[in-house]
Amino acid sequence: MSTPALVVGKRPRGDKVRGTLFYVLLLVSVSIGFVLLGTLVVDVIRKGVGYVDPVLFTEPTSTNPERAGAGPAILGTIYMMLLLLAVVVPLGVGTAIYLEEYANRERWYNRLLELNIQNLAAVPSIVYGILGLAFLVRGLGLGRVLLAGALILTLLVLPTVIVASREAIRAVPDSIRQGAYALGATQWQVVSRQVLPASIPGIATGSILALARAIGETAPLLLVGALTYVAVNPTLLGSFTALPVQIYQWVARPQEEFRLLAAAGIIVLLAILLTMNAFAIWLRNRYQKRW
Amino acid sequence: MPDMENAPAPVTIAGVRDRRVAERQQAEPPVHRDVLFDVDGLTASYSGVPALRDVSLEIYKNHITAFIGPSGCGKSTFIRCFNRMNDLIPTALVEGTIRYHGLDLYGPEVDSVEVRKRIGMVFQKPNPFPKSIYDNVAFGPRVLGWKDGLDDRVEQALRQAALWDEVKNRLKASAYSLSGGQQQRLCIARCLAVQPDVLLMDEPASALDPISTTAIEDLMHGLKEAYTIVIVTHNMQQAARVADMTAFFSVEVDEESDRRTGILVEYDETPTIFTNPGDKRTEDYVTGRFG
Amino acid sequence: MATSDLTAGAQPGPIRLRAERRRIGEDVVKAVLALCALVSVATTVGIVVALVEPSLEFFREISVVDFFSGDRWAPLFTPPSFGVQPLLVGTLTVTFWACVVALPFGLGAAIYLSEYAPPRVRGALKPALEVLAGIPTVVYGFFALTFFTPLLGDLGLEVGIFNVLSAGLVMGVMLIPTVASISEDAMTAVPQELRDGAYGLGASRLQVATRIVVPAAISGIVASYVLAISRAVGETMIVLIAAGGLAQITFDPREPAQTMTAFIGATGLGDVPTGSIEYKTIFAVGLTLFVLTFAMNMLSIRLVRRFREVYE
Repeated sequence: MSTPALVVGKRPRGDKVRGTLFYVLLLVSVSIGFVLLGTLVVDVIRKGVGYVDPVLFTEPTSTNPERAGAGPAILGTIYMMLLLLAVVVPLGVGTAIYLEEYANRERWYNRLLELNIQNLAAVPSIVYGILGLAFLVRGLGLGRVLLAGALILTLLVLPTVIVASREAIRAVPDSIRQGAYALGATQWQVVSRQVLPASIPGIATGSILALARAIGETAPLLLVGALTYVAVNPTLLGSFTALPVQIYQWVARPQEEFRLLAAAGIIVLLAILLTMNAFAIWLRNRYQKRW
Repeated sequence: MPDMENAPAPVTIAGVRDRRVAERQQAEPPVHRDVLFDVDGLTASYSGVPALRDVSLEIYKNHITAFIGPSGCGKSTFIRCFNRMNDLIPTALVEGTIRYHGLDLYGPEVDSVEVRKRIGMVFQKPNPFPKSIYDNVAFGPRVLGWKDGLDDRVEQALRQAALWDEVKNRLKASAYSLSGGQQQRLCIARCLAVQPDVLLMDEPASALDPISTTAIEDLMHGLKEAYTIVIVTHNMQQAARVADMTAFFSVEVDEESDRRTGILVEYDETPTIFTNPGDKRTEDYVTGRFG
Repeated sequence: MATSDLTAGAQPGPIRLRAERRRIGEDVVKAVLALCALVSVATTVGIVVALVEPSLEFFREISVVDFFSGDRWAPLFTPPSFGVQPLLVGTLTVTFWACVVALPFGLGAAIYLSEYAPPRVRGALKPALEVLAGIPTVVYGFFALTFFTPLLGDLGLEVGIFNVLSAGLVMGVMLIPTVASISEDAMTAVPQELRDGAYGLGASRLQVATRIVVPAAISGIVASYVLAISRAVGETMIVLIAAGGLAQITFDPREPAQTMTAFIGATGLGDVPTGSIEYKTIFAVGLTLFVLTFAMNMLSIRLVRRFREVYE
């Protein structure tokens, strides 16, 4: 330390090194996830691509890995998606409209409702499985059926749909509402003819993303009995399985072949998710309104 | 103008009050001035804090009435009382009375939707709906269930708003494809399509260029044959150009709480307000010494 | 201006300010919408009822003290033993290793996004990070079991086929977006003037980020941490697949362990008879899990509200 004098325009060397190190650390933080994701995808493709064949899409599972497929599981997932969509979108959008357009926030019960939805979004998914087991499967005596699975997934992603729909509704500027009110429109006319049409792209995007989350869910389905051998195409009130559950079942087997089969199932699952995500992004970019 | 000749030009606030009392005591308003709105002791507050206090004035049929004053004087709050737009803000409270055709606008049986059907509003920023030009104008009639002759109504309204020739070949185009001035005239057309009694205009030209502003002002002159127009403006020249009657509002600052409350200072025929105001504050404002 | 009859003046008919008739449709719509909202309330009530009732029956047979103080979990053995501590320890260790990854790297990612990344990079990275959170957990479980655990072995760690470390670390990566997203929100909410003030005094970017922005956004960062911990505690599939099913009290991450969620998953998928003590254990453990995560979620929500209130 020869010159402790004032140096203008130059930082001490240590500071610079520290700054650079810190920056590198941050870059590592951001990229570590992508590194893992890339490794995961490569690994899964490497292991599973040999098993992605017609058998995988058509046949039920079997003790012989060469003849085992995920046909009923894929169908089960598709059926559940459709059912889920039919129920969760009206419920979620309805709740979002209530909270954004009708509910008076000064009231304690509306604030409680909001808090409740925030909390539901963070309840572990397996707890929803317990709810399904207690009420749908045993309580209502529905049994371990597709409908029970679809309903439980509906409740599971309902908060996600509500939050996304609320954001889409909130993005509609107030001036649109005021303009409609000033013409003598009633509240529901304002909502149904102005607010909802303007927020459909956002709602659709959010719903697709929620759906994508639902079809990857495994744990709650285990509890409503999706881990079972299903040879035929599933029905609403029949026993069922789903693609992620089938993947779990294969992973859980000790034989190497079944793990490769699981990888093949994962390829299919990720392909479906990728398609849905891409569609959601396309939808958002295509129809996004700039006010 | 008989009442003007009777009243000596008063210079004190007391004088103004006396004259108003005198006006009020006259058995009937002059024949050429039909009272449409009779405002008495109106106070509007948000969350218990008054934005405007104790306003009394009369608005005459087929006249253009301008509200002028510095920002924060409550003139926008005031105009929103006439079609009960303040109802949309849960914390807003309006006290006092506004009689419209002798009926109390805030009476217990009065429905704000019915009020807004008769009393239309044009906003500061053009707020066309995210729909086609045609659908913007047709929105009001559709909401009111007027299904017959919709095309004629739309054309009529666009003609009245002096927009028809510019848009007749692209009625299906998005309203957002119009220029700012055209959008504002579209918003006026949208109001006219429901055949209102009154047009409330809240700084309708403040976001527009001078040419568009002139177009809107010309339009107002034409429309007053058939409509009663109330306009809020911060532009004194505009008030002087278009208005028959002008009300000057000011801000009263409470020294202790620093609360700002709007008050009506003076209300008279426009030439009087601008050339021979009865109040020092009006004079300061119109001569540019304040605000 | 000449005006035609159609448009001259007001709507036809006498002045009427009352509604023609009560708009019943409007009330019906509002009621229907409120009913939609009630479904969420019913879900919460349903969860609580579903958990509490069988749990009460369970605790009538097994004392609460035994449940929480017992160190042996073997409900399916004869004689059975219902000490929940092994499950709590398993949950704790998996969560710990998840946090080792998620908390620092999540915060790092948030600082990068909020303080360093150019707007375009940030706009692209934020949704890309969310993709990580959208990968199904069964896939992460597969990856942990068939790739990461062997990798740890290759690196010289003597891990078992099923082990806590692999499950925890992979879960940690999955949770990075959770931490990053909420923390970044909180940092972006910090007013620019605070940064400018520090830069004006000659602070470096590192100093501004660590001494100004992070402390100012601390409640949001803590909220993101609490939420990530809650997610780790509630995560099922990764542990079920990669951490094994052995309920034992061990803090050695190379060993297998069973978490609360994994126990529920493993027991619930079988055909346990309704009303049996095995069946009720699912609910007793589920209730413990729910209470734990509920408390953390509430804390996290409160903290998020705090930073929103301060800066918005």
